[in-house]
Amino acid sequence: MSAVLQYTVQGLAAGSFYALAALGLAVIFGVLGVVNFAHGAFYMLGAVAAAVLLDTLGLSLWGALIVVPLLMLVFGMLVERLLVQWLLPLDPLYNLLLTFGLTLLLVDLVKRRYGVSGLPYERPSALSGRVEVGGVGLPVYQLFVIGVALLVCLGVWLLMTRTRVGMIVRAATERPELAGALGINVGRWVTPVFGFGVALAGLAGVLAAPFRAITAEMGSDFIIILFAVVVIGGLGSIVGAVVGGFLVGLVEAFGQAYAPTFAQVLIFVLMAVVVLARPAGLFGREEATA
Amino acid sequence: MTSIATAGASVSEQHATIAGARPWQRLVLLAVGLVVALGLPWFVYPPVAMDIAAWALFAVALDLLLGYCGLLSFGHAAFWGGSAYVTGLIAIHLGVPFPVAVLGGALFAMVLAVPIGYLSVKRSGIYFAMVTLAFAQMLFFIANQASSLTGGENGLQGVPRSFFGIEAVETDSFFFYYAALPIILLGMWAAWRIVHSPFGRVLVAIRDNAPRARALGYDVERYKLIVFVLSAGLSGLAGGVFAVSHGFVALPELHWATSGEVVLMTVLGGIGTLWGGVIGAALIVMLADYLASSGFDGIGIVTGAVFVTVVLLFRRGIWGTARHLWLSRRRS
Repeated sequence: MSAVLQYTVQGLAAGSFYALAALGLAVIFGVLGVVNFAHGAFYMLGAVAAAVLLDTLGLSLWGALIVVPLLMLVFGMLVERLLVQWLLPLDPLYNLLLTFGLTLLLVDLVKRRYGVSGLPYERPSALSGRVEVGGVGLPVYQLFVIGVALLVCLGVWLLMTRTRVGMIVRAATERPELAGALGINVGRWVTPVFGFGVALAGLAGVLAAPFRAITAEMGSDFIIILFAVVVIGGLGSIVGAVVGGFLVGLVEAFGQAYAPTFAQVLIFVLMAVVVLARPAGLFGREEATA
Repeated sequence: MTSIATAGASVSEQHATIAGARPWQRLVLLAVGLVVALGLPWFVYPPVAMDIAAWALFAVALDLLLGYCGLLSFGHAAFWGGSAYVTGLIAIHLGVPFPVAVLGGALFAMVLAVPIGYLSVKRSGIYFAMVTLAFAQMLFFIANQASSLTGGENGLQGVPRSFFGIEAVETDSFFFYYAALPIILLGMWAAWRIVHSPFGRVLVAIRDNAPRARALGYDVERYKLIVFVLSAGLSGLAGGVFAVSHGFVALPELHWATSGEVVLMTVLGGIGTLWGGVIGAALIVMLADYLASSGFDGIGIVTGAVFVTVVLLFRRGIWGTARHLWLSRRRS
C-alpha cells in the first residue's frame, strides 16, 4: 500500500511536467493551429535559464518560478512575430517543420554554450526532505510540484471559462470566422497566446530543474512523450492535455516500478490503444480531424 | 489551404512533368544522373559518396509518401534504422553476401510498416506526423532495451561486407560503392515506377481530394497503407546499405533526429519532385562532412538554420525552383 502511494505521488509529479507543458501545447494548437515541435526545447530553456540565473545572479527557485516564465513569454512572442506568423496561412505542417528546425538550432546552441554535461541545481532546503503522510515518507519536492501544477492548471481553467479574455480566446479557437464577424480582433490574440504557451513550457522546465538532469538534450525525449500525451488526451483539448499528462506520468511511474523493461514502451502502447479506439483522443472532438 | 505536398511543384506543374516532359529531356536528365552516380566516388571520398547515395534513396522514399500521398512521416527512422539493425544482424550471424542481408532488412522494414502504418493512416496531416513520430521513438526505446541483441548504446559492431569472396569489394570502399550502387538505383527506379503507374495516379488523386477519391470507389486507407509500406521498404534498402557501408549500426539511426534529417533533405530538394531529395541529400551529407572535418561540433545550428530558412523563404526547394523557372520560361 505504501509503495502504491509512493509511486502515485512520483507519477503525478512526473505527470505535472507533462500536464503543464501539454497545456501550453494545447493552447497554442487551439488558437494558432500550430503543433509546436520546439516545446521540448522551450522546456529545456526554462530549466537552463533557472540554473544560469541561480548561478550568476543567485536567483532562488521562488524567483525563477516568476522570472523565467516571464522571460519565456517574451521569447515566445518574439518567435511568433519573427518566424511562426509568416507560415500561419499555410499548411500547418510548415510550422511543425519550422519549429523542428528551431529545436535543432536551440539545442545545439545551448550545447555549445553550456556543454553536454548537466548543469547543477540545488533545491531550496524548505523543499528537500520527506514528509510523513499516513506512515509513508513522501518527498516534499514532488508534492510541491504537484501542488504548483494543479494550481496553474486550475488558474488556466478559470481564466478560460470565467474571464472575458478566456471567452474571446475560446471563441477564437472554436469559430475564428464567427468571432471575427462579431467584432473580435482574433489576430491580436495570436501572439500573446503563443507566448503564454511557451511560458507554460518554461515553467515546467523551472520546476524540473531541481528534479531532473539539466542538459541541452533534456527536451528531446520530453517532446515525444508530450506528443503522445496530446494524442491520448485529444489535440487542442485543454482538459485532455492535463488529464493525459497526469495519466502518462502515472503509467510511467508504475511501469518503471513493476515492469522496468517495458516502462517507456507502455506509454506508446497506451497511445496505440487510444488511436485505435478513439482516434480523436480521449477528450478530442471528432470534427477536429484534419 | 494548399497542401504541403505540392510545395515543390504546383499540381499543374506536376501533371505537366508526369505527362508532358519531352522524351529527350527525360533521357538527358537520366544520363546526367547516371554519370554523376557513377563518377561520384572519383570526386568525393568513397564512404561519403556511399552516404550520399543511401540518404538520397531514403529522401526519395520519403517524398514518395510526402509528395505523392500528402503524408508527412516523422518516423521514417524506424524503417531506416530498423532495417540497418536487421541487415547488420543477418550479415553478422548468417554471413550471407551483403545484398541478401540488405534485402532482409528492407523486408523487415516493410513488415514493421504494416502495424505502424495501419494505426497511423487513420489520421492525416499533423496527427499523422505525430503518431508516426511516437511509434518510431517506441522502436528506439526497444532497441535501447534489447542491448543483448542490438548492443544498446554501443551500437551493433562488426557488420561484415561479405560479397562472394571478392576481396576488393569487401575491403575497399571505392569498389564497395559500385557493388552497392545497383541496389540504390533499383530502389530509385522502383519509386519512379510507382509514381508513374496507375497506382501512383490514384495516390495523387487521394492527395488532392481524398473524399472525391473515396466517392469514386477507391479504398483510401488501403492505398495509403500500401504506399506507406512501399516507402518503408525503400527506406529499408537505403538503411541496410548504409549499415553495411559503415560496418556498424548506431542507436541514433533510430532517433527522431534521423527522421527529421531526411525530411530536411526532401524539403530542401523540393517536396513532390521525387528527385529533389537526391540533391537535398547530397548537399546535407557534404555539409555535415565538411563541418565534422573542420571540427565544428554544432551541426544542428547549421542544419536548423537551413531548415528554418528553407521553410520560411524557399518552400519550393531546389529542384522545385529549377523546374518552376524552366516551365515558366518554356510557357512564355
